[in-house]
Amino acid sequence: MIHFQGYGRSNGKAGTRNHVLVIPSVGCSQGAAQAIVRGMRGAVCLPNILGCGQVGRDRVMLKRTLVGFGISPNVFAVLLVGNGCEQLAPEEIGGAIEPSGKRVEIITIQNEGGTGKTVSRGRKIVKEMIATAARQVREPFPLSELILGTECGGSDYTSGLASNPAVGIACDLLTAEGGTVILSETPELIGAEHIVARRARTPEIGRRILDAVAWWEKEAIAAGQDIREVNPSPGNIEGGITTLEEKSLGCIYKAGSGPVEEFIEYGSSPSQEGLIYMDTPAHDIEQLTGMVAGGSQVVVFTTGRGTPCGSPIAPVIKITANHQTYLGMRDNMDMDVSGILKGKEGVERAGRRIFDEIVSASSGVLMKAEKRGQRDFAIFQAHPNI
Amino acid sequence: MKEKTKALALSTGDNVATALVPLEADATVAVDMGRGVEKVKLLSPIPLGHKFALRDLEEGQSVIKYGESIGTATAPIRKGAYVHVHNVRGGKRRGG
Repeated sequence: MIHFQGYGRSNGKAGTRNHVLVIPSVGCSQGAAQAIVRGMRGAVCLPNILGCGQVGRDRVMLKRTLVGFGISPNVFAVLLVGNGCEQLAPEEIGGAIEPSGKRVEIITIQNEGGTGKTVSRGRKIVKEMIATAARQVREPFPLSELILGTECGGSDYTSGLASNPAVGIACDLLTAEGGTVILSETPELIGAEHIVARRARTPEIGRRILDAVAWWEKEAIAAGQDIREVNPSPGNIEGGITTLEEKSLGCIYKAGSGPVEEFIEYGSSPSQEGLIYMDTPAHDIEQLTGMVAGGSQVVVFTTGRGTPCGSPIAPVIKITANHQTYLGMRDNMDMDVSGILKGKEGVERAGRRIFDEIVSASSGVLMKAEKRGQRDFAIFQAHPNI
Repeated sequence: MKEKTKALALSTGDNVATALVPLEADATVAVDMGRGVEKVKLLSPIPLGHKFALRDLEEGQSVIKYGESIGTATAPIRKGAYVHVHNVRGGKRRGG
């Protein structure tokens, strides 16, 4: 059995990082929350701008996402910073994080008596949390504790051809160890949704996948774009993509070949092992945020053109099969699998290399986006703020 | 991998392979089949990233890539022939 070196949590989960997390419960307290973590190694702040004005499904997703980040095994302790009159009260978020067993503190700007006092009290709390977190050491955990998020963005012809199939092999290796893999980006399924639905463990899971695709398609048409009419694009066809099925399969293939064990809503945690489908937008940062909120402690991200995208609390492994992109964006790229396209490396071997990198990143090796302090965060909203 | 492969078939059961470099007509190319290598003689030039048939396909037969049907052959396609929008139709376009 293969292990990674992680941080044990009192609820039995294992993290790949040990962050102290500062969450502004509303956009109004984001400035104070950012000031609290300034210059503090070991603490990160979520750049949350929501907290007031989200209703219905959006409020549910907002709360679930903020709570999900707090509960994440990659987080050691949480400080919630509120303003004091917001609709999603910090107590409501904190109360939902506490059952995970970690320390949760709450301060509000209105209670503390302004931003200055809030920042100095917040910094004191965060310093204590960082000092306690620093005493925790990594221990071995089986890979069955890992939830891997999968993502692709800035794709080019190398994505469907090489990097996504190689990541698919890595995903199959992880699920063979009892690990969990999240596939998402529902709009990218359009054209191949019947194939993914067919791979569902039960007809109910398949039906929910088809319903989710239908919702996104309807939303796109309402916004003036029929995705089936514009894809594959003339550029896709020039690049060798013949049909919409082929284009979508190139994206889906990155999650491996296993059956879909569960369908989950945006930001929700899987209750099954193996391949899980999460309904998210294709928007890179909203998708990444949803998967990490759902408990992904590590993410693989394939790209052709190159992207700097990273998560505040999880390592994001950037993989490209475009050698020019790798050379041109060394600041951002973690792995080069362009050898597949040159016939120098079989896709199976590249997949094994990616699998090894997932274990390394989970055991503490910093990825480029972390080194660069790239902390992207955006919560999907289905409707406008009220 | 001993031999340099110039095309890739992503799944066992695929009946098309994708060119990893621009390929010339009449060339015999080595195809990376995941767990082995297969040789195919090309009937026409294949641009980088485009596909050719690994076996003879009848009109109406499914074109298999990634182990899944990506569309239907609209004409007979011979082994080694170019496979693209001129001889394949997808099934998932609206009204098409």
